[in-house]
Amino acid sequence: MTAIIYGTLELGMIYAILALGLYISFRVLDMPDLTVDGSFVTGAAVSAVMCLNNYPFLGLLAAMAAGGITGIVTSLLHTRLKIQMLLSGILTMLALYSINLKIMGNRPNIALIGSTTIFTAFKDTPDESNIKMILLSAISIIVLVMLFLFLKTKLGFAVRATGNNECMASAQGINTDFTKLIGLALANALIALSGGILAQYQSFADVGMGIGMLVVGLASIMIGEVLFRLKSIFGLLLATALGSVIYRFIIMAAIRFGMPPTDLKLVSAAIVVLALSVPAVKNYLIRTRSRLAAVNMKRRKESDA
Amino acid sequence: MLKVEAVSKIFSKGSANERLALDNVSISFKESEFVTVIGGNGAGKSTLLNCISGTCDLDKGVIILDGEDISFIPEYKRSIFIGRVFQDPLKGTAYNMSIEENLAIACGKGKRRGFGAGLKKSDIKIFREAIAHLGLGLEDRMKQRVGLLSGGQRQALTLLMATIAKPRLLLLDEHTAALDPYTAKRVLDITREIVEHNKLCTVMITHNMKDALAYGNRTVMMREGKVLLDIKGSEREEMTVEKLVLHFGVNSDRLLLG
Repeated sequence: MTAIIYGTLELGMIYAILALGLYISFRVLDMPDLTVDGSFVTGAAVSAVMCLNNYPFLGLLAAMAAGGITGIVTSLLHTRLKIQMLLSGILTMLALYSINLKIMGNRPNIALIGSTTIFTAFKDTPDESNIKMILLSAISIIVLVMLFLFLKTKLGFAVRATGNNECMASAQGINTDFTKLIGLALANALIALSGGILAQYQSFADVGMGIGMLVVGLASIMIGEVLFRLKSIFGLLLATALGSVIYRFIIMAAIRFGMPPTDLKLVSAAIVVLALSVPAVKNYLIRTRSRLAAVNMKRRKESDA
Repeated sequence: MLKVEAVSKIFSKGSANERLALDNVSISFKESEFVTVIGGNGAGKSTLLNCISGTCDLDKGVIILDGEDISFIPEYKRSIFIGRVFQDPLKGTAYNMSIEENLAIACGKGKRRGFGAGLKKSDIKIFREAIAHLGLGLEDRMKQRVGLLSGGQRQALTLLMATIAKPRLLLLDEHTAALDPYTAKRVLDITREIVEHNKLCTVMITHNMKDALAYGNRTVMMREGKVLLDIKGSEREEMTVEKLVLHFGVNSDRLLLG
């Protein structure tokens, strides 16, 4: 059981980086970036190929760089060629499918069993048994803190202002095309990092592993928002990361209770629908209640008469 | 200082809805001139302002600021020396950021936006003083999200943000139109104070003829994409709302309604 809990926690931290990346595009920039499902695999593919060549750490940096480029492509399609944001992301995602296959040497998957990864690099140290947990928590905490610090810089302010109100941003001398590029590059770099770590963690990269990652990330963000209701930037980032961990525990519990793993995507979609429908359902309940109250009042008056 | 030379702007060119919004307009504004612009809907007032700020591309003509042709400079670069306040109070501020963060962004205009701290401790004090000057009590709410402010408070804040980095030109596009009469007057008075204090060249569009004559030192009336009337000095002092209506046959009462 402890092994399962540890594993779930570790996965949660890997996906937390994905969720933080999505947080930049969907929340900070307020742009529906669908590159995700492609850039996640790009990160995994680059990282896996680099591992095969014995560069696991450099592989993660390369994954981030590759992810950043995918974000830049999407943002240029949108800002320069004026293609709608949703379509820009979809186009990049589609193109990435072929590119990811090329990176993986035209194989649909790469197995990393026996090759060095960031986790095998610390094989003979005293902390060997906890190395996964230590490394993953270190990376996710560093990403969280760096992201927070970035959002507090002048450039971070400019990116946030762009997402808040583009009209205001350009009136304040901010080149919104550039801030969008920075934001989307950063978002996809983190998403690719997450994919890169996952490939090394599970010793496996697959060209189809990105399907539904967008929904997984969104689910984490929403779980964090609904459960923690934090308002500060650091609070929101932390809630997103914790949301990702909680999401993994929900999935783990569902599987333990006998859900076939093939239903995973269905559950992910259901969680997002559930989180998104909370305000509407609440509204509906309030309205029904006041309507019932009005009807009761009328009835009482009639019976009095 | 600002010269608009023979500027034309055609909307939906080539389609059945083609409309000449600006018809060969030439007008120049001098330093520390506070110009009010009036005219009915579709007169071309906002289009003129949008052409100056770069939101709109020109079809013909040039715009020259301090001897430099800015006709082809992108909007965000022009913003460095042009401050703007919009009609919609939601448009001028970042709603999810605090008052001080908004001011920090405005203060960073024209400077590199790199990895330095977005909001410095030393700046907070300056912002506090500047905002206390507005007299709206916002100085005690510096850390609050701008989304929580009322329309009038937002317009006053936007006005401060538009002028804090000392622009060369201030463009106000009906910035009090969405406010109640009392708040509108308050924001207009703040506008006058800021403009006079900074000796800013200002162009203000208004739909209120009384305000157009009461504020500023020059009044321009537009109709159908042309400048119909341009008065200042004694001629302007003798002008009344009634005369404006009589002389220029304003065919709409809307202009009279504040």
